[in-house]
Amino acid sequence: MDFGLSDDQKLLEETARGFLADKVSIDRIRALREAEVWNDRDIWKELGALGLTGILVPEEYGGSGLPLLEAALVAQAMGFAAAPTPFLTSAIMAPVALRTVGGDAVAPWLSGLATGDLQFGVAVTELWSVREEAGVRLAGGKLTGKSMMAWDAMGADFILVALSADTFAVVRGDASGLVRERLLTIDATRCSAELVFEGVEAEAIFEGSQEAITRMMEAGRIALAADSLGACESMVGQAVAYAMERKQFNRVIGSFQAVKHMCAEMIADLEPARSLLWYAAHSFDTLPAEAPLMALHVLAHVSEIGHEIASVSTQVHGGTGWTDEQNLHFWFKRLGVARHQLAGPEWLREQAAIVQGLAA
Amino acid sequence: MDLEFGEKYEDFRSEVRSFLKEHKPDFGKNAGLSRDRRGPLIDWLTKQLEHGYWGRTIPSEYGGFGAQPDLLETVIMDEEFNRANVTRGFPAQGPSMLVPTLLEYGTEEQKKAWIGRTMRGETLWCQGYSEPGAGSDLASLQTAATEDGDDFIINGQKIWTSTADRADMCFLLVRTEPDAPKHKGISYVLVPMDTAGIEVQPLRTMSGKLGENSFNQVFFTDVRVPKTNVVAGRGLGWTVANTTLKHERNSLNANPEGTLFKVRDLMQRETINGVAAMESPVYRDRLMKLQGRVLTMKTHGMRMLTCSLKGESPGVAGLVSKLQNCQINFDLATLALDVLGELGVLYDHTKYERARAYWQTHSMFSLGLIIGGGTAQIQKNIISERGLGMPREPKPAQGK
Repeated sequence: MDFGLSDDQKLLEETARGFLADKVSIDRIRALREAEVWNDRDIWKELGALGLTGILVPEEYGGSGLPLLEAALVAQAMGFAAAPTPFLTSAIMAPVALRTVGGDAVAPWLSGLATGDLQFGVAVTELWSVREEAGVRLAGGKLTGKSMMAWDAMGADFILVALSADTFAVVRGDASGLVRERLLTIDATRCSAELVFEGVEAEAIFEGSQEAITRMMEAGRIALAADSLGACESMVGQAVAYAMERKQFNRVIGSFQAVKHMCAEMIADLEPARSLLWYAAHSFDTLPAEAPLMALHVLAHVSEIGHEIASVSTQVHGGTGWTDEQNLHFWFKRLGVARHQLAGPEWLREQAAIVQGLAA
Repeated sequence: MDLEFGEKYEDFRSEVRSFLKEHKPDFGKNAGLSRDRRGPLIDWLTKQLEHGYWGRTIPSEYGGFGAQPDLLETVIMDEEFNRANVTRGFPAQGPSMLVPTLLEYGTEEQKKAWIGRTMRGETLWCQGYSEPGAGSDLASLQTAATEDGDDFIINGQKIWTSTADRADMCFLLVRTEPDAPKHKGISYVLVPMDTAGIEVQPLRTMSGKLGENSFNQVFFTDVRVPKTNVVAGRGLGWTVANTTLKHERNSLNANPEGTLFKVRDLMQRETINGVAAMESPVYRDRLMKLQGRVLTMKTHGMRMLTCSLKGESPGVAGLVSKLQNCQINFDLATLALDVLGELGVLYDHTKYERARAYWQTHSMFSLGLIIGGGTAQIQKNIISERGLGMPREPKPAQGK
């Protein structure tokens, strides 16, 4: 019985956090926001050199082939740093889908992802939410229709497009007939796009791939929960530090119980959620019967505590927390987007009821 | 990550299972904690002691089984007894609080006198800590013990004293050094409940006749106790009490997964307008939200267990379980009561009453646990001050 992180896992976490602390300064995040660029290729190449872009890519394709728990620790570091990288899409979701289908077609993509040369966008929103008549279908072997909120698709080399619960396509980012338009969100650290397909030729279409899509969504949801938990950690840390330093009525505000209790409540939510995340990530590789339920619950739960922590940590900062200058809002907005990025908590919980046979 | 217990422990689990299969007790309606009804319980505890499922790590010279401490064995015994729906041990505070304290601080004589009897249920203890004027600020307690030769004479009042009406003994906090600072003037003393001058009055709680809880107030008027009944030494009572409170906090920490399953079953069984409550998306969402919280605390328990096994400090993560689990239990009861609706408020054998008003009892009892053993607000002080290093509330200027 050993429920915790190994020394290797702790080292990996430290390495990822150290690298990101070094590379992703708040100035860099601000510059990205002003320039409206997306998914910095330089950081991605360096992450590739560290072996982190290929963390889930099997060794035969040049990756490290590590379990999801390791990848979740890196995702958590991404959220902690509010890092503008396509880690969720290009290091988690696309590799899981591609390695599950396997075969010759996916080999160059997996190799390119492992080195950090390639970036993949992911267009999956319509699997759970069709808005504005979105949806992509196959007509005469070509893709037609549109997908909204396609994550990291703007600058991506390839895009993984879910056509249904059991079919997905891979298309080139610059494919003829594909129009990409950035959909700006509140979150400057992540990038979303609308994709309009007018008879686009796919590089490959994978039919009968329900397992690949299911596993991709499970891994994506666990990793997104990790990212949000990292963002929560950062916000709680900033709030506690501020409360120990800011003085009113001639005392640090952290000596007032009203403020202290806000911090205690946040940490009482944060720490157990870390345990849930470890278990969910561990279940993905070793407890296949539990993974579907755990992936739904971990994201729904972290979305809920994330909402609370985003709000309370801002309130601990008082008026300062509401300014642009204080920086806290970058994490607030990252959590706000994450709450709906791979389905909102109500939808996730209804699915949790369904997988347990408690709802039809 | 390794969630397996391993072969050695699975063998131990099988032993526990076959013991329970063979010896599972059937107490019948007349067994209880009072002296005249305690016989069946004493027999059962003695049998558990012989097989090492009770008092397992207590040295055999004090009446225990004498095994080396092994946390996983404890976890397995708890799991298997729960699964068989058999209470492991004894529903009173002697074994869980007094015995560990005596093992740490008692004299050889005190250990020999009390530990075995307590574990077998022959001596039933109550805890005399809280007073009407000393709740969260326990160290301000005023029950006084004044010297008279080889004895102390005790005067004062205690409250929230579970099982005082049936207890044989009380472990009591009294002020022996009135001139010392408040934390240094307290002593921990063992008092027979049949001593002249002790009066026990039942304290009726909000759950009224719903439960079988039995809180009391205990009044001490010129109660004479020999000085040799002090544990650890005069003025050291606060240190000793903190040891017992630590044991209490650990025991108030049960994971509410079993309760979650009960609510789930209730929602599948109860119908409203001819439709099962589980069909309601609103109730279902509340259940799923609670399941997320329950799973969180379940996995957190595994992490805390691992820290204990490795002897690592869990840091602030180790301070949050009581706060979370007690609130989850209360919220589960709230959902069950909302599902039961107008039938959920019926009680005392009224027509249409559900399960002897179990969920009302559970709701009120779990609210009591949010307060008891350190209120939620005290827990938050502990989390922020000890866990996050935030400053204590400045002390107001003190007059005397």
